[in-house]
Amino acid sequence: MLKNEVCLSVEEKQKLKMMARCIRLDILKMVYSAKSGHIGGAFSSVELLLTLFFKSLNHKKCDDESYKKRDRFILSKGHASALYYAVLAQFGYISKDELLTFRQLGSKLQGHPSKKFLNCVEVSTGSLGQGLSIANGIALGLKLDKNETSKVFVLLGDGELQEGNIWEAIMSAGHNKLNNVIAIVDKNDLQIDGKTDDVMSLSDLASKFKSFDWNVYEIDGHNFDSIYNAYEEAKLSKEKPCCIIANTKKGYGVSFMNNNKDWHGKAPDVNEYNKAIEELK
Amino acid sequence: MLMNIIKQLRSLSKTIMKNILDKNKKKQSMRNVYGETLALFGEKRQDIVVMDADLSCSTKTNIFAKKFKERFFNVGIAEQNLITQACGLSLAGKKVYVSSFAMFATGRAWEQIRNTLCYNNLDVKIVATHCGLTVGEDGASHQALEDIAIMKAIPNIMIYSPSDAYETKKILEFSLTYDFPMYIRLSRCDVYDVFTYENINFDPYKAQIIKKGNDATIISTGEFTYNALETASILKEEYNIDLEVMHIGMLKPIDKESIINCAKKQKTIFTLENHSIIGGLGSSVCNVVCASDYPCRVIKFGVNDTFGQSGTPDELLEFYNLTPGQIANEIKKYLV
Repeated sequence: MLKNEVCLSVEEKQKLKMMARCIRLDILKMVYSAKSGHIGGAFSSVELLLTLFFKSLNHKKCDDESYKKRDRFILSKGHASALYYAVLAQFGYISKDELLTFRQLGSKLQGHPSKKFLNCVEVSTGSLGQGLSIANGIALGLKLDKNETSKVFVLLGDGELQEGNIWEAIMSAGHNKLNNVIAIVDKNDLQIDGKTDDVMSLSDLASKFKSFDWNVYEIDGHNFDSIYNAYEEAKLSKEKPCCIIANTKKGYGVSFMNNNKDWHGKAPDVNEYNKAIEELK
Repeated sequence: MLMNIIKQLRSLSKTIMKNILDKNKKKQSMRNVYGETLALFGEKRQDIVVMDADLSCSTKTNIFAKKFKERFFNVGIAEQNLITQACGLSLAGKKVYVSSFAMFATGRAWEQIRNTLCYNNLDVKIVATHCGLTVGEDGASHQALEDIAIMKAIPNIMIYSPSDAYETKKILEFSLTYDFPMYIRLSRCDVYDVFTYENINFDPYKAQIIKKGNDATIISTGEFTYNALETASILKEEYNIDLEVMHIGMLKPIDKESIINCAKKQKTIFTLENHSIIGGLGSSVCNVVCASDYPCRVIKFGVNDTFGQSGTPDELLEFYNLTPGQIANEIKKYLV
């Protein structure tokens, strides 16, 4: 499937594993401390977002020129905010101490990412189904400015693909040949009310994207090599927008949360918290 | 003898008022002015991008599209995408004008306008045409009577409803200098001029008293400001009632001071709008008056919590009791 194999070094993979564990611990602590939040969908995207920031996303903002040429990232599944903040802390955008203010009054770390409170966020999100369309708009703007360098990454949940706005955006990206848009679908197959297939099946998702003139890559969303390869391949697209369908498990990393819809949006009690910490250490 | 003098005086005032209205008796299209103004903007500024949702021939964004093909994006019949994609373009540093019919631009994409456009406080101007009853024959599904109400409830958005073509141009010029969300509400039909280039003393934030009067004030917005003038003319002619006419283009933030000044001097304020009486201009006036130290009666004219229907604009105004004659009749009951 992939034309240009790229490799992560052994050291890089070790570092990524270590960072992924730290991020999961941070998410757990944040949600436990806030007594609310979304662990399941945050855990399913850890490897996806971490690899993006560690390897593929140019998020350096040294000066005005490099700021203009940066890649953009949009968290369309805004409820995975705890993950986003934990990753931003790993890369020095916010302090580790700040993480425990998550969801508190006046905190920069709002329940869903808010540019108003945290400036390094590209755009406030939270209401599902709008991130891809925003990404398309940014991508069109970059093209008007003849910026061939910057890519726009957007992380979508699979449940959120049930929104109509998403399909308007999928159609629009294909129509406008937005090769600078890379949509990552965290396909954990679960949503609040149950299995995605039972609630409202997405059926053959890859075919759907392909029929709207997208390149599609299907990968294991917890495998660093696969993720990195897909990102780098997608960045090379000449004509079409790219969709990376990442097969993941909701709540991945903690045995009793793994693939369990009940962990979409609840905080652990003290016993669950201690048990999860033990598993992640 | 006395009766004759009164009759003569009435006839004289009738002539004066008729002259004011006749002088302005020219119709222009707000939509055409919008399209042409956009095209001018496009020449001046490279960062201006225009979007539409398959109605560019009606909203007149096609005038811009013909000149600046690369800076025009038609999203098809997809208003949610219209707004969210515009937000993305704004995040990339563009100044974006989006158009559709008022019904769909605000109604279909309300949540996108709230959560993506206004929460992020972006430079996107929603310039919607076909507002209110005067859409006419298309009927209720296309007659936006709630758009002001639903836009007004959202923080960060400025709302403007110009009365005529001149004012449309003025508010568009102002929009170039304002980098945050705006909703501009235009009409389908050609509208009579209320202003002229000479008499338009434009401060977007200020209400304008178009005709002075001591007996009561009618506050109006949009194309109905002309109807308010006609109403005043009828009241003067028929009943010698001296109605002040105040136009408010800027519905949010609204000019509280001017409204309070009205409440200070009048016992009754009337409001007139091409919109539901729930949540529109009338409601805003009530809110201001209620919180002021000068309580006065506010009577709202508009569509009374009902849907529209097919008909010519004139027929619809009559059916919904909104012709100047019908309004004058109602006003008289409160004042005599």
